[in-house]
Amino acid sequence: MNVRVSSHLHSYTQGKSAVDAEGSTLAELMADLDRRFPGLRFRVIDEQDRIRPHINVFVRHTLVRDLGCPLSPGDDVFILGALSGG
Amino acid sequence: MPTKTKAATKTSLKKKSAKPARKSAARPAAVRRGPSARTTLVELYVCSIKGAFIIKGDNARRAWTIGEPHFLGSETNHLVRDPRDQKTMLLAARTGHLGPTVFRSKDSGRTWLEARQPPAFPKAPDGQTGPVVNRTFFLAPGHASQPGVWWAGTVPHALFRSEDGGATWEHQEKFSRYVAQLKEQNPANIGETPGGAITHSVLIDPRDAAHMYVSLSTGGFFETPDTGRNWRPMNGGSLACFLPNTSPEYGQDPHCVVLSPANPDRIYQQNHCGVYRLDRPGTQWDRIGRNLPAAVGDIGFPIAAHPREQDVLWVFPMDGTSVWPRTSPGGKPAVFCSRNGGTSWVRQARGFPESNGWFTVFRQAMKCDAHDPVGLYLGTTAGEVWASRDEGTSWRLIASHLPRILSLEVGVP
Repeated sequence: MNVRVSSHLHSYTQGKSAVDAEGSTLAELMADLDRRFPGLRFRVIDEQDRIRPHINVFVRHTLVRDLGCPLSPGDDVFILGALSGG
Repeated sequence: MPTKTKAATKTSLKKKSAKPARKSAARPAAVRRGPSARTTLVELYVCSIKGAFIIKGDNARRAWTIGEPHFLGSETNHLVRDPRDQKTMLLAARTGHLGPTVFRSKDSGRTWLEARQPPAFPKAPDGQTGPVVNRTFFLAPGHASQPGVWWAGTVPHALFRSEDGGATWEHQEKFSRYVAQLKEQNPANIGETPGGAITHSVLIDPRDAAHMYVSLSTGGFFETPDTGRNWRPMNGGSLACFLPNTSPEYGQDPHCVVLSPANPDRIYQQNHCGVYRLDRPGTQWDRIGRNLPAAVGDIGFPIAAHPREQDVLWVFPMDGTSVWPRTSPGGKPAVFCSRNGGTSWVRQARGFPESNGWFTVFRQAMKCDAHDPVGLYLGTTAGEVWASRDEGTSWRLIASHLPRILSLEVGVP
């Protein structure tokens, strides 16, 4: 699955803006991302399993806040810094 | 593998000038930019809302070299070098988008490793809402007999402990349960500052690793004799001028609390409502700030204690009148020093702007070194770093144009 990440996360993805990860839900995808890029998950998902307030996740171009969101092979996922602070 | 992060690029530094930001009575000290420095006597670890900076002083503490920013763009709350091994450095950081974490360095900040398990609350049971660490505010190396142990105070109120040099952090549940119990009994007495509910000033008795003090803004000053299994408030004599009952058992707002390195039974506190001294085993704070000039008052954020003389301390008062401007009183910044435990104070302002100096100094941003004479350092809300190498008598601007400074620590490289 193709995951696009904004520059906020490039220190974890070795500068890549697009990375591969697998999972049948957003939660599984985030866990896989954290295996590939240790530390990434906690910066965007808090300890109560909520997406942090200024992080936006889009699945199939739809904003989602639920880690239970189902994913299908071929879905595009975007993990982006929200527009905040002007 | 933990994330490895390099210090930020040189680009932003090239834009900066060593000149002061505005007209000042002070001449800037010699400031060099770049990696070269003569023998370094002191390092300053400056955390700002947009990254951390390490400033190195030469062996006379006259010339200063500022390095590249670390984690440029991140809100950095506290950068501390471990005095036990003189090597390990921990840095608490977050960004507007990304959650809070802790970075570790063993090579003076050339490379950083992220904590594998940063401070975080346990996951709440399904259907319940659990707290979330907003920022790690305060980092404290553990007792000298416990290498690798660190403590962290967070926003919201919580205490965390690491036993592996900051790689993993364990939530101190008993402390959180105790604070929750206090809040249940008196909801208004465990509150928040504009920056949140801050747990800070984690102080460890150098004679007894289990004996600690912790401060809550707001909540007050607390003691544990047994590494956090039991806690008790110790706020007698200190005021909570923002509550209907101004002398509660707890509910005060200690801004900064320090143990005298010369005598750990002597404790100094800069509080939201005054400057105080506590001599243990007593439990009553004495408001020594009443001896400051009435026109200046005794409101402020930081307080610093002399490394060898228990009766010597410094404060940096701010305007706590009317609507609480929280600026230097009258636009005339000054440190006040007492050499007799707070019975009398001397104004120390030589070198600071004589007028229109409206900055202030946050609670973690004024520290001293252990040299003779003692060096004193402060970082301002205006992004300036000032240094004194004569125990506060005179001051020089050693860095300017930095982002708003949140904390400053002194270390020996």
